[in-house]
Parts: sequence; structure tokens; C-alpha cells
Amino acid sequence: MSEGEHRPQPPGGASTKARLHIVTGKGGTGKTTVAAALAQALASGGGRVLLVEVEGRQGLATLLGVPPLPYEEREMISAPGGGTVCVLAADAESALLEYLEMFYGMRRAGQALNRLGAVDFATTIAPGLRDVLLTGKATEAVRRRRGARRRASDAPSTEPFHYDAVVMDAPPTGRIAQFLNVNSEVAGLARAGPIRNHADRVMEVIRSGGTRVHFVSVLEEMPAQETRDGIAEISALGIRVGVVLVNMVRPPLLDEPGLVAAADGGPDLHALSAGLKEAGLDDPEELAAALAGEVRAHALRVRLERRVRIGLEDLGRPLLELPLLEGGVDRAALDLLARRLIDQGVRR
Amino acid sequence: MTSRASERLDVDALVDDPRTRIIVCCGAGGVGKTTTAAALGLRAAERGRHTVVITVDPARRLAQSLGLASLDDTPRPVPLPEEATGSMHAMMLDMKRTFDEVVREHADPERARQILANPFYQTLSTSFSGTQEYMAMEKLGQLRQSGDWDLIVVDTPPSRSALDFLDAPKRLGRFLDGRLIRFLSAPAGTGAFRLLGAGFNLVASTIGRIVGAQFLNDLRAFVSAFETVFGGFQERAERTYRLLQAPGTAFVVVAVPETDAMREASYFIERLATDAMPLAGLVINRTHPLPEGPAARLDADRATSAAEFLEQAGSSLPAAALRLHADRVRVRERENRLREALVSAHGGVRVAEVAALPEDVYDLPGLRGIGESLAFADRGR
Repeated sequence: MSEGEHRPQPPGGASTKARLHIVTGKGGTGKTTVAAALAQALASGGGRVLLVEVEGRQGLATLLGVPPLPYEEREMISAPGGGTVCVLAADAESALLEYLEMFYGMRRAGQALNRLGAVDFATTIAPGLRDVLLTGKATEAVRRRRGARRRASDAPSTEPFHYDAVVMDAPPTGRIAQFLNVNSEVAGLARAGPIRNHADRVMEVIRSGGTRVHFVSVLEEMPAQETRDGIAEISALGIRVGVVLVNMVRPPLLDEPGLVAAADGGPDLHALSAGLKEAGLDDPEELAAALAGEVRAHALRVRLERRVRIGLEDLGRPLLELPLLEGGVDRAALDLLARRLIDQGVRR
Repeated sequence: MTSRASERLDVDALVDDPRTRIIVCCGAGGVGKTTTAAALGLRAAERGRHTVVITVDPARRLAQSLGLASLDDTPRPVPLPEEATGSMHAMMLDMKRTFDEVVREHADPERARQILANPFYQTLSTSFSGTQEYMAMEKLGQLRQSGDWDLIVVDTPPSRSALDFLDAPKRLGRFLDGRLIRFLSAPAGTGAFRLLGAGFNLVASTIGRIVGAQFLNDLRAFVSAFETVFGGFQERAERTYRLLQAPGTAFVVVAVPETDAMREASYFIERLATDAMPLAGLVINRTHPLPEGPAARLDADRATSAAEFLEQAGSSLPAAALRLHADRVRVRERENRLREALVSAHGGVRVAEVAALPEDVYDLPGLRGIGESLAFADRGR
């Protein structure tokens, strides 16, 4: 598949054809929720998607309202129009043991290493090793084909892929470039040998046309700035940037002239108190003064949000929007977010 | 259990008390820790303390407003208005430089050179998960010992887990003193190998196969050179840990009124209690208190039905204002529930709230405003 990443892309177009979707975002922007909604959207209409979390926070379990998840790919969410999302909480220790068993058949040695503290060692001293194990798990799932027992290369390459797509709930924007640049992270420590080869293979998948890094932001200055910085860093590594997902968007409650007036001098107090009086509310004048403050703050916020949005549009990536959900996110809300993504063109 | 009303965290009493020597701000990522730390430092300085704020990764504009052009590990004076009775410095942590200093201090020049040049040290000092946390604590210990400041405010690093800075020194110690590292670095035929018995060859060859021989050689060189400075490291880490438990330290847990951040705050409060670390209270940033007066008494349902009535009458501004108010009341109710749940779960932890501002804060007047909200804010309804 040849990638025309220099051509302008249709809305949501960055999601098509990609099979590894890496979702990052500043803390507090709802990255985990968006990753889950994206997985669900990509699975809709009969697909099979793996959703992986890599930070050991059990954020997906919390989101789905289930007990902590084990290191195991489990079917947990059904997508609109049929389709399945499997969920995996990946941790570096289990990934290393699995890696040893899968590639070397070394179950016993792996356990011995674990007892010695080698796993703790490998995953603590060098976050590069930790990261390569975690990204390695995701890339293995990307390459895995149906009919394969464990290893990606077991089955003939004519078999269809086991997963149509893999979505990773990745580390926050501040760490994403380092996390994905596993090659150089490992290079300083392991200049040759299997870990190095493994890192090279992982990097190949991450740099391929089938991988996209999506950024979650909200309409505030700092998350937008981090998105800008993150996109620059990821592009510099030769990794493809997908879409910018603007989360927690609130619709403005006033029309344009109303917003301008409210932001500049405050809303028309007279019109406000007359209306409140008409509605039969107590103390219309005093109430109008209090509500005017709320209206002005809202108008200022809308103005700031617009400025931030223009900045995000200037990044030249497709912008997808998700609404703010009052009262937190449950499965029904996740469903709604997935549908919003589908409406905006997200599909396999 | 019925929820009890939370008591207010008295920020001025905290920063004015000369016995408060260290304030550590901690909490999940994205909750405004750095801003809170800077605002507390500024308020303390303007009320007469000689304050230094250690930040780890401030937003660029906030750093600029604090006079921090680069990450240079040196406390820089923050220009305060004339009427300020204290002083304020701010510094950005350079973890590698701090680590290098510690090595130089504890090793003779030749050994220090060997350590600093070893690829393992390079990794350890720049990307060991926990180095940043460890070095933030090391820097805290250094500044405390220097006696140049009477109040140190620490902004903790945005970690994988908010608790990393408590665990990092121990983890680094455990790693450097661990069985594996001793085993890998021991010459063949010594006791460490015999202890492992028959399993040894298998394990050694496994490690060799996975990481390559060069890796093992670098590691051996690193461990033998580091051995001499290691005792000093452990000791320093323990001293800093004890410093955190001392009565002059106050932890301020920072959160925003959202489920995840409040859960993390709750977890943190528990952990501080387990480690016998003194908690001053909880700061909740970006809250949405209701304005005083009749607006506070107008509930969401009443506001919504009035808005519907006015929409039919074609009165759009008052209708929009009422809808906005109804939203705000619902948001506030949720915030109150989150706060009271946390307070009742943690035996009446003290709380200060900072109302959401329409725009981000990145200058001294903005920080001063936050300091004032922290100190005066009525908890709201």
C-alpha cells in the first residue's frame, strides 16, 4: 500500500488502511476513553480489534467497570453492527516471559530469571527494554495471522490477519516519542543480539504505512501545545501521524452576536432580567447579575476554545470531535462515542 | 456512612508557619501540580518566606514567567513586587546533572570518570524509570541541607504513577543491590554462582543470548565501579525519605474534580498514610462553584423548565443563560459528590478549591490570583 501522506486527507481518512493505531494525549484529555471508542468504531460491522493498554494502570478495567484485567486477550466489548473488541492489559514482565517462551521455548529459564529478579532488572534499569517488550506485544498482535498458534510467522502469509486492527492506549504525549523510538532506546544498551533484532522488527512495524499515531486533545492551551510538540517529534522519527481527536467538546449556548457581546462587555442585563421575570423566577435582577457572570465566563471560554481549535486545525491533520459527556463514561457512553467516530468517517 | 462536610485547608496558615519547611505537591498528570506549586511558592514569598520552587517539567510559558529560560539545575530569582517581604527562587531539575554531581561527590575522580562514561550509567542517568523522581528528591535534600531557603516547594514529576517518587529511591537501591546484578557482575566460580547450582549455566546462557555479551561486560564494569558510591546513595535516599516523614514536611495532594483524578488522589492519600508522610490537605483545581445569592438557590430542574418556557417565547439570551446555569449546577453537584466521597473516605481531609478560570495561567499575576483563591476561597456550595 503506498501512502500519500503529503496529500490532504479526507476527514477520518487517516484511519483507513492503518492496522496499528497508537492513541496518545496529555494526561486528563481522556486518552483511554478515546482509545476504547476508536477500537469499538474500528470493529463495527463485523471486525475484530485488539485494544491494548501498556501502562499498568488498569485504566480499561476501570472504564469498563470490571475487576483488574490479566495478561490475556479477552473479548470484552461488542461493536455496533456486530464486531468484537478484545482487551489486553499488557505488562512488561509477562511480555518478557511470553517472549522467551515464544521465541526460545524457554519457559524454565524464564521462570528462573524471574526468581533472580532479572525481569524486574530488565524492565526497570532500561525503560527501553520495557518499551520494546510492550510495543513488541502490540506489533506481534498486528502481524499475527489466523491459524497461527502463537508466533506471528507460524501461519502462511496467505491467511488473513487475526485482528483487523490493534489500538494501543499509549503513554501520554510527553513520553510518546521516547516510547515508540524503541530502536534508539535499546541501541545504547544492546548493540547486537536478539533484543536488538527484536527492537528492529518492532520499529519496522511502527514506521510502516500501517501504523498511525493519533493525538487526543481538548480545547485548552496546554494539551494543544503538547499535541503540537508531540506531532513534531513523532514526524521527526519517521512515524506517521493520524488524526487529532478533540475530546470533551461542548456546544456554545449562545448565537454569534450574543457570544461577542457577552465576551466583551457582558450580556445584556436588561434583556436577561426581563426574561427571568417573564419566566416567573424570584429576584430577577439579582439573579440576572449572577447569571451574567456565568454567561460571560462561558463566552470567554468559547472564544479561547476557538483560538485553540484554529491552532489545532493549522496542524494540517484531520480533526475529529467527541462531545463532553456529563456524568462520566460508562459502556453506553462509549457506544455513543464510537458512533460519533463512525459518523466522522472512522472505519477499517 | 453519612458524608461530613469537608474542612477547609488553610493555605496561609500552612505557608506562614515557620515550621513548614517543605511542601510537596503530588497528584495525577494534568491536574495543575506545577501551577499549584508555583502559586504556593509565590504566596509564601509575598508573605515573607524565602522560598524556592523545584519544578520538573513546567509548561514553557509558565517557565518563562518564572524566569526559567532553560533547564539548568540552578535556582533563579523570580522578580517580586517591592511590597513582597520574602523572596522567591525557582529551578528546573536537570536529572542527569544532579546525578553526575552525586557520583562525583561519592567517587574518586578516576572512578567517577569510569562511571560517567559507562553506557549503563548513561541509561541510568537519563532514562531509568524513576531517576527523575529520585533526583527530584536528591535535589530536595541538597537544597534543604544548604539552609539557603526556609521553604522548599516541590512539584513532583509526571510519573507513570504519582507514587514513583516515593518508591524510586528504594527501587534504585534494590536494583543496584539486587541479587541479579551481584550475580552478573561476580567473577565466575565465586559463591554467588555456587549458590545457584545447576540452574546457573542455563540462566547465564539465557541472559547472554538475549542481551549479548557486550551488554554483560558493560554491566560488570558499571557495577564494580558503582559499588563504591553505592553505600552513599542508599544512605542519601534513606535520609531524604526520612526528611519527607519529618514534621516540617507537608504534602499537598492536587486533583481536579473528575473521577480518575479523584481516585488517584484518594489512592495517594492512603499511600501517604501508609508511609507515615504528613498530609496537609487536598487542593482541587478547576472547580465550578455557583455564584452567591439567588443563583445558588436556583436548581437545575427549575432552570431547565424556565429555559424551555423562554425558548418557546423566543427569548434566547435568558434561555441560554438558564441552560448554562442548569449545566453548571449539575457539574457542581457532581463535584460536591466526588469531594464528599473522598473526604468521608479519608477521615475529613482538609480541602482547598480553586475555581476554573476561563484562560490558562502563565504569569505572576495569574499565579497570585490562584494563591488568593487557595487562601480565601469559600469552599462553595
